[in-house]
Amino acid sequence: MVSETIELRGHIIDSLILPKVLDQILTHGANFKIGEIKIGERRADQSFARIEVSADTSEALDELMLRLRQHGAEVIERANVQLAGAPADGVFPSDFYVTTNQQTFVRLDGKEIEVRPAMSNSAIALDRKKESARAVKFFDVTKGDEIVVSHQGIRVVPVQRLTTHTDIFQFINTIVDADEPKSAIIRELGEELRRAHTAKGKIAIVAGPSIVRTGAGHHLARLIEAGYVNRLFAGNSFAAYDVERALYGTSLGMNPDRAVARGGHENHLRAINTIREVGGISAAVRQKLLTRGVMHACVRHDVDIVLTGAIRDEGPIPGVTTDVIEAQKVMREKLADVTHVMLLATVQHSLAVASMLAPTVKTVCVDIDPTAVERTVEHQPLQAIGLVTDVEPFLQELADYLTESRVRE
Amino acid sequence: MRELLLCPPDYYGIEYEINPWMNRAHGADAALVQKQWKQLHAQLSNLDCDVHLIPPQQGLPDMVFTANAGLTVGREFIPSNFRHKERAGEQPFFAKWMEEHDYEVRWLPKNLYFEGEGDALFGGDALFCGYKFRSDIQSHRALADILECLVISVELADPRFYHLDTCFCPLPDGSAFWFPSAFDDYGQRAIREHVTGLIDVLPEEAVHFSCNAVVIGRDIVLPEGAPRLVATLEDRGYRCHPLPMGEFIKAGGACKCLTMFMPQREKC
Repeated sequence: MVSETIELRGHIIDSLILPKVLDQILTHGANFKIGEIKIGERRADQSFARIEVSADTSEALDELMLRLRQHGAEVIERANVQLAGAPADGVFPSDFYVTTNQQTFVRLDGKEIEVRPAMSNSAIALDRKKESARAVKFFDVTKGDEIVVSHQGIRVVPVQRLTTHTDIFQFINTIVDADEPKSAIIRELGEELRRAHTAKGKIAIVAGPSIVRTGAGHHLARLIEAGYVNRLFAGNSFAAYDVERALYGTSLGMNPDRAVARGGHENHLRAINTIREVGGISAAVRQKLLTRGVMHACVRHDVDIVLTGAIRDEGPIPGVTTDVIEAQKVMREKLADVTHVMLLATVQHSLAVASMLAPTVKTVCVDIDPTAVERTVEHQPLQAIGLVTDVEPFLQELADYLTESRVRE
Repeated sequence: MRELLLCPPDYYGIEYEINPWMNRAHGADAALVQKQWKQLHAQLSNLDCDVHLIPPQQGLPDMVFTANAGLTVGREFIPSNFRHKERAGEQPFFAKWMEEHDYEVRWLPKNLYFEGEGDALFGGDALFCGYKFRSDIQSHRALADILECLVISVELADPRFYHLDTCFCPLPDGSAFWFPSAFDDYGQRAIREHVTGLIDVLPEEAVHFSCNAVVIGRDIVLPEGAPRLVATLEDRGYRCHPLPMGEFIKAGGACKCLTMFMPQREKC
């Protein structure tokens, strides 16, 4: 979406110039927002209107501006962005502009350039030759790169709430507490995922180890098998627990089906060792060593697995990215085309992912800790639902709804 | 007594084409031009008007259309900024003449096209101004600033009726006769909202430039070829004086284009 601000002055009410201009904006498929309007009080008094006009493409906007100028619209020239060179590799100039995850444009030589990707807590690097603007992290910047400083020449377009249709994200932007009913919301969420699946949206799951420890892994596997997961983000421990559960029936020595497990804590390390021995999770599936569980379902159904490490990790399991900078890059890349995210029972990983999401990504956060839910939902104020609940009944109900209603169809 | 400005058609001719009526292959008949113009001059003089003449200039054939020279209100004259370079040369002659006749010349910014009474006619308590083909809407705002009056800007939609005075003629009782389809929908609505008792001119009569009329009190001097309009106006108590204007219609002008009021209004 690109936009310009126009001003209309004169007897624009009596001459019907204001309604004509507004009608023309709409009939050309563009939108307007009236910023200011002053109506003349006496007959000879002139009126004034300032209107922000937005269109899908700059070509469409230019053509529309040409038409509106004919009716007296004056396009307000905006200032260009201010730039300063990065003083050293990995260092932004002081007073650098800090991005939000909203759609952002910078104005250079009278032209608006969209900043890509829409990523929060970054600076903006400008490439004059390519006429491109890119949101950059510290590690992306090299000495001399032109970085946007101050707030001049920057336009942020916040995501608007859709009015054309209502889905669960349109009428619930809140947190459902532990003592509130959840079934209806889970069913609505199921419908949303089904629509996303049909529309070839990309659904990502951020999975915490509690999913395996509470015995909810097989519900998640059912969602994967039914095609409702395109990408899985997890830590080394999730993968290790899931493999341990698949190989020994335990996770970190605990058996969700029995009160006491044999082997105890050792199983965890033996599971990691097995995967290290064969070279990775995919190899373990190929060699039929790993025949069930979430990781198995992911390999069998071509789900992209993005595993990242933490200091407490054992192993790690091959394929886990342990360099945090590298992990950020990989996660960003793998989140770029995601339309729906479910953040399940993992605070730190959920916060990391939520901070990388575009504002349009529909987000569900499930955690037993209300604070964790609140903190995560804050990142997506218009497109997030939080459910304070144990993840196991949530996943069970969702998987039941999606797989059983699929059978009914 | 109304004062009018006319320009003898000594150098008039179809020397270029800047509107759909003009065709250099169909030039004007010099003798007939003189005859038609003199008939107009005589008719206006008979209506007890004080007719002034500005000396014509060689190379400025359209100077005969004095309505496009500018807009006069009281003792102020706002000269035109012609859109076409072919007519731009007329401006200094008109401005100088008006200045010499004790009118204060009020210039519009040079970048705003405005073609005088051709696109600016008082009706009721508003100044109606046409835009698109010749005048810019931005010039209307400048006029409103100078004159401090209500300006109704209307978009002209038919290139054959490229000036407001070719399709809209206000009458002293606050009504007007007009050719509605020469305006876009909003222009039509704006006129209907501000003018009562509108008389619609039929398309077959409008093409005879019937709206291009000079109204002096209850007398209306208009091109011949509009019997229905004449009948309607006479029913309303106006005296109509149809004149042959064929040689000027070849250039896209008629009675009103050949006449500028000095002033059109004493004040807004």
